[in-house]
Amino acid sequence: MSATDAATQAPPAPTRRRAASVIWRKLFGRRVVLVGALMLAIVAVAALFAPWLTPYDPTALRILDRLQSPRGAHWFGTDELGRDVFSRVIFGARYSLMIGALVVAISVTCGALLGLAAGYFRKLDGPIMRVVDALMSFPDILLAIALVAVLGASMTNVIIALSIVYTPRVARVVRASTLVVRELLFIEAAQALGVSTWRILLLHILPNIASPILVQATFIFAYAVLAEAGLSFLGVGVPPALPTWGTMIASGQQFAHQAIWLVVFPGFAIILSALSLQMVGDGLRDLLDPKLRKTL
Amino acid sequence: MSGAGTFVRVDAAAVATPMAEAAASAATPSLLAVRGLKRYFGPSERPVRAVDDVSFDIRRGEALGLVGESGSGKSTIGRTVLKLLEPTAGQILYEGTDLAPLSTSAMRPYRRHLQIIFQDPYASLNPRRRVGDALSEALATHGLHPGAARSQRVAELLQLVGLAPDHARRYPHEFSGGQRQRIGIARALAVEPRFIVADEPVSALDVSIQAQVVNLLSDLRERFALTMLFISHDLDVVEYLCERIVVLYLGKIMEIAPASALYRSPLHPYTQALLAASPRPDPEARRPRRLLQGDIPSPVDPPSGCVFRTRCPHAQEACAAIVPPLREVATGRFKACLRDDL
Repeated sequence: MSATDAATQAPPAPTRRRAASVIWRKLFGRRVVLVGALMLAIVAVAALFAPWLTPYDPTALRILDRLQSPRGAHWFGTDELGRDVFSRVIFGARYSLMIGALVVAISVTCGALLGLAAGYFRKLDGPIMRVVDALMSFPDILLAIALVAVLGASMTNVIIALSIVYTPRVARVVRASTLVVRELLFIEAAQALGVSTWRILLLHILPNIASPILVQATFIFAYAVLAEAGLSFLGVGVPPALPTWGTMIASGQQFAHQAIWLVVFPGFAIILSALSLQMVGDGLRDLLDPKLRKTL
Repeated sequence: MSGAGTFVRVDAAAVATPMAEAAASAATPSLLAVRGLKRYFGPSERPVRAVDDVSFDIRRGEALGLVGESGSGKSTIGRTVLKLLEPTAGQILYEGTDLAPLSTSAMRPYRRHLQIIFQDPYASLNPRRRVGDALSEALATHGLHPGAARSQRVAELLQLVGLAPDHARRYPHEFSGGQRQRIGIARALAVEPRFIVADEPVSALDVSIQAQVVNLLSDLRERFALTMLFISHDLDVVEYLCERIVVLYLGKIMEIAPASALYRSPLHPYTQALLAASPRPDPEARRPRRLLQGDIPSPVDPPSGCVFRTRCPHAQEACAAIVPPLREVATGRFKACLRDDL
């Protein structure tokens, strides 16, 4: 603010687009984030274009070709039923990313609503957060196993169970941010205008707490991909017929001593996707957290 | 000071106040009347008495100044009057309707008439919303200027406060403090209010910009016949803008007087000290400086009797025993002090 505050004096030209490009450069200017984003892009392309990238049907059995080591015809070898591991890993990306994305969508939506309610309405804070605390007191994977055990093993139930597991994390972050934002003057200004509570929550508070939610979402995506693999490996995840990375490792492990590729390639795919999500998530957090921004 | 947070008036101050105010408001009917307003914070057994049994009237078209040092309850009164804070006790009579018991939704139609301008122009605008959206939201909330007329009205509002219509497309961070405060004023005016609480609207601004914003407020007040509650610790600004002034100390009213009379001859020892401490640009008009010792006492544990007695240079024994009533000592002048010789 300068002393020459002529009210009609035009402020600097609109900078929104420029701001976006600054953010873009800051985010991808860091090598870790760039590499993470590229890895994530590879996984995403694999998932999207799986039918065109795969040389074989991932479920086609060729008993004669069983347990072949990686070579020309089968880049990642074949499994105990002669199915092409490369095709299965590529299709696995579809299931893994779909499960991850749906878990993120559901847990972020539910967690944001619960967190907003707990943070904004004092009377709801206690009840909501005690339930959240109770859910968070279980180790993630244990709670997920218990929920799938109750609901029954299917892809839908895995998504529901993991969403229940990760909703409390989002709720906690959203509540904490809501508590801060709701005390700001522009919220009071909206109240003074008589703006409805729904509008205040969704149009005034939510956009101002989007950064921590976005960061949380990328991490939950990574956790969900890992947890789905873990559940499938333990046999309480998706049915073994579906080629997810978890089920592939689970069924491949008994042949692992003679056909290491059965577990190596899906394992590598899990590492690649979880690591890339974490790297992008770290980058986002560093960019959006004002306390860390200076160190960029 | 009075009985358990109700309308039961047990002390002399509370009895005297409504009578005195009734006499004052007989001439011009008041737009807003505050009666026995209390706002306590914290646990009920040891509350912070931010506002403790305050009664005053604001006449139609009047600008009433509310002055006092930090922690005297100025802003709390402003917010409680608008029900941004729930009053602990008391009445807020807007054109005869008591706003105090109204629910959020019952309050909504009144929000159009009662608006607020905030101190901090940086925190009072949502950083993620364009200026135009903030203004149209105010209009939309009350169904004003629907359809195409709305953007027209937004442009009008921006011009009204000295900004350009195309500023509507910008975000708050693209403006200076003074410009933001103008946007805050435009937002308050958008719903065509009758009464505005101005909560230290210029104290966060550079001195050079303060004058611009004060003049803008003054112009707008005249143009729209606004009634104002002007909260400030800057005595000069209050003197310039307000017809009458309420002096507040530790959540209680010390003195009410027409602005000119208050500055000419303050009657309450606290007002005298407050004016003595305020810098005057005229070296000839040197007043004997009587600066107060110590800090404002804790509102959790206010002094008995007169709350000002611990810092008052004229305190007597009686001051500790009796809560001085706010009484009319001259036409239109009220003070809460036991001594008549000051």
